[in-house]
Amino acid sequence: MAERRYPEPVVTPETGEFWQAAKEDRLLIKRCRACGKFHWYPRAVCPHCMSGETEWVEAEGDGTIYSFSVMERAEVPYAIAYVELAEGVRMMTNIVDCPFAGIRIGQAVRVRFAPTEGGGKLPVFVPA
Amino acid sequence: MTIKGKAFIAGAYEHPTRKAPDKSVMQLHAEAARGALEDAGLTKDDVDGYFCAGDAPGMGVFSVADYMNLRLRHVDSTDTGGSSYLAHVAHAAEAIAAGKCNVALITLAGRPRSEGMATGTAARQGNPGQPEVGFEYPYGLTVANGYAMAAMRHMHEFGTTSEQLAWVKVAASHHAQHNPNAMLRDVVTVEQVLASPMVTTPLHRLDCCVISDGGGALVVTREEIARGLKRPLVRVIGAGESPKFSGGGFMDLTYTGARFSGAAAFAEAGVKPADIQYASIYDSFTITVVIQIEDLGFCEKGRGGAFVADGNLISGVGRLPFNTDGGGLCNNHPANRGGMTKVIEAVRQLRGEAHPKVQVPGCTLALAHGTGGLIATRHGSATLIMERI
Repeated sequence: MAERRYPEPVVTPETGEFWQAAKEDRLLIKRCRACGKFHWYPRAVCPHCMSGETEWVEAEGDGTIYSFSVMERAEVPYAIAYVELAEGVRMMTNIVDCPFAGIRIGQAVRVRFAPTEGGGKLPVFVPA
Repeated sequence: MTIKGKAFIAGAYEHPTRKAPDKSVMQLHAEAARGALEDAGLTKDDVDGYFCAGDAPGMGVFSVADYMNLRLRHVDSTDTGGSSYLAHVAHAAEAIAAGKCNVALITLAGRPRSEGMATGTAARQGNPGQPEVGFEYPYGLTVANGYAMAAMRHMHEFGTTSEQLAWVKVAASHHAQHNPNAMLRDVVTVEQVLASPMVTTPLHRLDCCVISDGGGALVVTREEIARGLKRPLVRVIGAGESPKFSGGGFMDLTYTGARFSGAAAFAEAGVKPADIQYASIYDSFTITVVIQIEDLGFCEKGRGGAFVADGNLISGVGRLPFNTDGGGLCNNHPANRGGMTKVIEAVRQLRGEAHPKVQVPGCTLALAHGTGGLIATRHGSATLIMERI
């Protein structure tokens, strides 16, 4: 079967550090110094309190599947999901390297980094 | 200020085409506009307010209004995806109530079918300036798997089944058999829905709406003008809007903005869900209908699957006749935006002009609801309540 290919993510001035860390197999998330809350996707301005004092924190990399769907109408079928990280935020991702029929909501998963077409890396998840 | 009773839907027209390789999008907008104006008994020179959304080529209203050579004093190009046109009716009512225009024209048109667009199953990057793009597009987010994730979560939390979802399509097909313009006119069974190819779990092909070319238009006007026209009087009595977003990473996929837009519309209209005789409910996918029916208050949260089962949405059979034109699931989803046709069929029902096989007897109170965008990420939500007087 053909390999799923990941497009190079769009990098913006707000997300350069995130994608650089991903190349080093580290998952960064943002936390607000003012209100203390995590958020996703990463922003310079906190979506909870509008503070500009947000900081990068390395996530533990563990999570559970909040929801998922196996896209069968694609050249290479894939499993899209929302994973709830240990830090509480829900991020969109893919579940990889497992039989799709076994994926379940609530399942424990762990981050891994998949190569993108342009030489970067993308956080995906595998069963823990 | 309330819009209750301030505006009337005097003209409604659904373009009959479902495949238009020989027409331009602009032509479809203008043909739909002409149809709605003729339906109302008005002309383009009566129009002083114009409304369109992102399906209209060009910047905001400019190109379409210029093509039709309109002379305007009020415009609005609010774009909340497929729910835009319900919002436009509400905004037109506000503008009319405030004296900003007298005759508002709303149009929609598009040709995704002729253009071979993989509407639901192709991942699209969008504008790289959208901050979420890097965190969604690479994972293959499409329209279909976004709604499918909402369906999976609904099943997980409430025990909703694929059979229950299939009943939404079955009901739509019972209605579409009477619509000569519908794309899919064959009545289908629950078993046929479940046997259709899986698109993205748990949504089968027949859980998904059609991809069609076409368009539609509405004319909204003030009471004095509406009473001078030779059409049944359909009055807007309640409206609500509530877009819902991803919550900074704390989203809940089990409900939509309909929870708030519906409540606002019912409060303004002064009626309850149990009073509604006919409902147009946005049906991009079967799951969309189930979640919205709960959020609008037709049943408790989590009970939508049981509510739609066993023909409860079939006109003449069930408690809540819905989408009697066949809806997006069977009839038409022009420009991949179903809000326009939702209003049009509600107007037909209130006028008593739906097909006799699906007409709700003595229909005087109807609801139309639209969802636009993706319920899995960011979506618009707009509800309208209308009455026949």
